[in-house]
Amino acid sequence: MMLKKIENLTQAEEAILAASTLLGPDKERTAAADTLRAHGLPTRRVESWHYTDLRNQLKAFPENTQSASKKQADEWLDNCSEFLPALRLAFLNGVFLEGPTEVLPAGLNLQTGLANGGYRDATDAVALINSMLAVDGVKISIDAGAAINEPVELLHGVTGDSASACRHSITLGAGASASFIERHISESSQPAFSNTVTDLSLEKGANVRWIIVQEEGEHTNHLGQLNVTLGEDARLEILILNAGGALVRREINVAVLGPNSDLSIRGVNLIGEGAHIDVTTSLLHEAPDTISNEIFRNVATGNGKGVFQGEIRVAKDAQKTDARMACNTLLLSDEAEYSAKPELEIFADDVQCAHGATVTDILDDHLFYLRARGLSERDARALLVKAFVEEVFDEIEEDDLRDKLNARIENWLDNHG
Amino acid sequence: MTMLEIKNLHVRIEEEGTEIINGLNLSVKAGEVAAIMGPNGSGKSTLSYALAGRDGYEVTEGEVLFKGENILDMDPEERAASGIFLAFQYPVEIPGVATINFLKAAMNSQRKARGEAEFTTPEFIRMVKEAAGSLNISMEMLKRPLNVGFSGGEKKRAEILQMALLQPQLCVMDETDSGLDIDALKIVADGVNALRSPDRAFVVITHYQRLLQHIVPDSVHVLYDGRIIRSGDKDLALHLEEFGYADIIADAA
Repeated sequence: MMLKKIENLTQAEEAILAASTLLGPDKERTAAADTLRAHGLPTRRVESWHYTDLRNQLKAFPENTQSASKKQADEWLDNCSEFLPALRLAFLNGVFLEGPTEVLPAGLNLQTGLANGGYRDATDAVALINSMLAVDGVKISIDAGAAINEPVELLHGVTGDSASACRHSITLGAGASASFIERHISESSQPAFSNTVTDLSLEKGANVRWIIVQEEGEHTNHLGQLNVTLGEDARLEILILNAGGALVRREINVAVLGPNSDLSIRGVNLIGEGAHIDVTTSLLHEAPDTISNEIFRNVATGNGKGVFQGEIRVAKDAQKTDARMACNTLLLSDEAEYSAKPELEIFADDVQCAHGATVTDILDDHLFYLRARGLSERDARALLVKAFVEEVFDEIEEDDLRDKLNARIENWLDNHG
Repeated sequence: MTMLEIKNLHVRIEEEGTEIINGLNLSVKAGEVAAIMGPNGSGKSTLSYALAGRDGYEVTEGEVLFKGENILDMDPEERAASGIFLAFQYPVEIPGVATINFLKAAMNSQRKARGEAEFTTPEFIRMVKEAAGSLNISMEMLKRPLNVGFSGGEKKRAEILQMALLQPQLCVMDETDSGLDIDALKIVADGVNALRSPDRAFVVITHYQRLLQHIVPDSVHVLYDGRIIRSGDKDLALHLEEFGYADIIADAA
């Protein structure tokens, strides 16, 4: 779908174009910039942006797109908390800072630099902006059969009044296995912009866990995209925690290309005052006998707004597809909002597809029961909210990972109680 | 000592706007087991919710004194910490909250509210194991989410376990016998009897005399149309079992 030509650019569009121009001439970058100049960012009239009117909601874009100074970078690195022990690649304001100092495990190959990219069309705004702004990233390939035990962490930071864009490309050879932590952090006090596109490909029998932890400041706008192809017998588990950011759009696009592949997406979105968190997933089942299972639990407080768009397309040949999708939301205030849009397009005739969405408040029965046992109203609410969201991660077998995710959730709930 | 003194209590359910408790008087001494019996719709559950302080149950007139103090301005959690326990007719299922974690949160919240030191985990586990054993509750069951997937009997035993651990002074038991088979009823009654003490009072609300064969009451009160219309000893329960409520209701009219 193409957008109509536009007459005037918004302030944010002008600033993105200016930032792109500053990066110097480059054929692809210039082509992307021309597309934005011609069509602008998508508005709610574009179906996939109906609940997140990017053109009107992205009010500003940081003027300063300079990379961080050495001093800033050192300070930032010193202050970065650890999520889990990992082979860490750190990016600040879109520029690679440092990688793991230890010898890399056998079968893990990595090379920093901008990965090849592109975007579908002008409505693919996350990748379009990335094509205009990204100058760095990492290319990782894991050899067939290699099992990388220590997680690989891609840590993205952005300093105040700055922008960050990275493009990564990751491939796993046949039978390879690895886990990745995609982290996004920023300061809370100043406006910033953060953008990442990752292309991930799993060949036959590869097994990946991909963990996205977004804990950016309340003035950071975040546009992220993960594009995946799943080969035969491949397994992918995606865990998402959105616990920060201002205007956030997280896109997950998975092409389920190989028979017997298995995809699981489990996510928690914690939406505070002033935040707008949109998770848009698009699963394309192309091959027979595949499974996909998506579950999201969301909590919105204050005037927080959330969006879930879950598209599942089952191609004619993708018989015996088993696709399930659930999105449950707890609204903790009268001003909070959540929009859930499941979208199923099924061309095969022998499939199982299920979807469900609920939006509720805390139940009075639950609250009274806990209070009648002595818990204060505040503690009772906190316990119920925590239980509601943490169920998503209950099935994680590794205690340390589950505990870390739940600790991040509890930290957010404590600060937004 | 009088544990509970209810004087001319009137309670209205806000949502429905109707007055369900209508000038109820009741006095229960420390050490006493008082049974409240009544037909459906007489106000039994409303009375239990009003005592526990549930939102939406508005007291329009009267007083409820617990150990001589009016509790009507207290929140449910304050009443709990002061020693009032409501055993629910339908214990609520709460997914995602492990029973054992809930027990610890409840015990320590009450202790904190009373200015007492919180229990350490080993102290807590020791107490739970001891109390759970005598109620035939396994530690496995306590790791499950609170009441989720519990059978009717398991839910009621879990209520009695909470009562045993929280050591309240006034136990209000709302139709504890509903949904129990005879074996479960026996276990629950034994649990209650083990907690009977000169410092503790029970208000046992029930529809049937069956429970009172196992928990023998000191006094029996007939609740009808939001008021106590007859009081007596345990023989009154036997009379009700045999003849029903009709003659007593007719007398009161």
